[in-house]
Amino acid sequence: MLEYTKKIREIAERLLKEGKVDMVIGFRKGTLPMINEPHFVKRAEDVNELYWDTFCAVNLANYLTDRKERIAIVAKGCDSRNIVNHIIENKVKKDKIVVIGVPCKGMLGRRKIALAAGGSEILEVIDGAKVTIKSKAGVKEVDRKDVTQDNCIICTHRNPVIYDELVAEKVEEQKNVDRYEDVKKIEAMSVQEKNEYFDTLLSTCIRCYACRNACPLCYCPTCFVDESKPQWVGKSIEETDIKTFHFLRAYHCAGRCTDCGSCERVCPMNIKMRVLTKKLEKDCFDQFGWEAGLSLTERPPLDTYKPNDPQDFIK
Amino acid sequence: MKVIRIDRGEGKFREGLKLLQNSYVAFGPLKEDREVYNFKILGDKTPDLNIQNTYLSPKGIVFPQSEVMLKYTLDETKEDCNLMKEAEKDKKPKAVFGIRPCDAASFLIAKRNFDTADYKDPYWISSYEATTFAGLACNEPCSTCFCKSAGYGPFNEEGLDLLFVDFNSYFLIKVLTPKGEELMKKANWQNVVDSDKALADILSKKTSCEDKFTTSIATSNLKSKTILELYNAPFWEEESFACLNCGTCTFVCPTCWCFDIQDENCGCDGVRMKNWDSCMFPLFTLHGTGHNPRGNKQQRVRQRFMHKLKYYLDKYDKGIQCVGCGRCVRLCPVNIDIRRISEKMNGYKACN
Repeated sequence: MLEYTKKIREIAERLLKEGKVDMVIGFRKGTLPMINEPHFVKRAEDVNELYWDTFCAVNLANYLTDRKERIAIVAKGCDSRNIVNHIIENKVKKDKIVVIGVPCKGMLGRRKIALAAGGSEILEVIDGAKVTIKSKAGVKEVDRKDVTQDNCIICTHRNPVIYDELVAEKVEEQKNVDRYEDVKKIEAMSVQEKNEYFDTLLSTCIRCYACRNACPLCYCPTCFVDESKPQWVGKSIEETDIKTFHFLRAYHCAGRCTDCGSCERVCPMNIKMRVLTKKLEKDCFDQFGWEAGLSLTERPPLDTYKPNDPQDFIK
Repeated sequence: MKVIRIDRGEGKFREGLKLLQNSYVAFGPLKEDREVYNFKILGDKTPDLNIQNTYLSPKGIVFPQSEVMLKYTLDETKEDCNLMKEAEKDKKPKAVFGIRPCDAASFLIAKRNFDTADYKDPYWISSYEATTFAGLACNEPCSTCFCKSAGYGPFNEEGLDLLFVDFNSYFLIKVLTPKGEELMKKANWQNVVDSDKALADILSKKTSCEDKFTTSIATSNLKSKTILELYNAPFWEEESFACLNCGTCTFVCPTCWCFDIQDENCGCDGVRMKNWDSCMFPLFTLHGTGHNPRGNKQQRVRQRFMHKLKYYLDKYDKGIQCVGCGRCVRLCPVNIDIRRISEKMNGYKACN
């Protein structure tokens, strides 16, 4: 990861010195283990603030929305797909963006690591073929796949889909991945079982909206839950309101979600809400053969009409 | 000072917990699904006292995230149509077990807002007064705990009725108030011990924990800065960049007290309720005209930290509006760290 950091700094310094961009968006090293902070630098002499390791999971495309500057942005596979989304949804102009691509072998999940350490406070995590976890309880080695973030385990686009610079050789893409094992399980449930499943899933929600706000897709000037004339959704922690928020938000992401995992990553209450967006992702894939954020020229299925669109739902 | 001892092995602790639930609704830290730890009603469960800081602070026991204040009907055939009536409230005494000293101190901060000479929030006050706080001293701070430098500490007694100190096989309990005394009676925990010896043991635990702190918050210069100097400081752009403007920091914070009032109707029946609000949300300051005085995230992030570290300090002269529990540091999804911001504010010198 040191190599990645070095390369990101080199590229950032060059771009800023040559005046090709006004700012570089990346991460700076966090003040705690297992988290880094989205950060920008505007001056070549500050590029050493930029940093990279396997805890740079938050989707940086979120920080591009509606910015007018010329920006270089550090992007993993998923981030790059959201940059594509942003371009085709007119949230940024392609010619203003320089993508510093980061081939990615998967981000590590901080909660999985915390669990692996038996809840003892984590002091340091060293990534490698095995992941070394130093906690107050001692040092422990675990298999990387056991502590990799859920969405990264089933990721099939680890390399950036668009890029102007690459910080390393591309990594091998994962093949024969069943992306929808969890969704299929839920699909097979009865209505009542589904209800219970979603009740439990969302029972700890505090409506902080971290999931929505970390999502690059959620850029509506006023979200439907914040509308007051009329007010569509109540403000309390009543379960109908909580479900309305999560379900509707997921629908708004249909055909757009890249499964970057930011929503789950940022949830302070450990809610696994990706099953909702993944169901819609699966439907889009099954019905339209569509994967979001891969093409700058093709329009997403939900904003176009084609005569051969599936219409079995019309009874 | 009365000190009581409870031996943990003899079932006396569990027995007492059971007994006192005849008189109180007892809360304590419990593990839930997905490894989220929060204060919950205990029932027959034993509080998990190994949990250091719960995800949410226990402020919700006194100040619930959603609380019905009044009820009304819009049915014009009814006599009391459009009249606000007080909602029933469970007034049973509450006991909070295993509350950490930082969280207990936070209630005194909130009290300055909810219980003033001019304004009194009856919902908060009645709930607070009905609650007995049985605190648990911290023998080991987390790496993100900075209560000591925030002006409190791992054995701080402010806001507590009882202070339990864990000696593994037994607790020594300092009885701090008549409310605490009452609870000990109800739980039949009455084994009074020689207080000189016990207090000396407690003091040595306290010193040992205080020596283990690894982090602090810098606040010494905040008071002498002018508001505008800090308000106009250039670092806000950089420090607010990562912020998602979610409500995590404010919702997990024990000292954040803001709420919104909403009417919710179902058919003709309606309730007027309080819900936690957050200065991180754009809606928090949106005017009826559509104007928003804090329309961008930089303004909102600045507001949060200026309120905690400057406005509160200037207004009350009782330190900062932060007890150093470290929840916002640990749970912020993008690592906005109040220690870093306070350091920036504390060390900032405006150019003339």
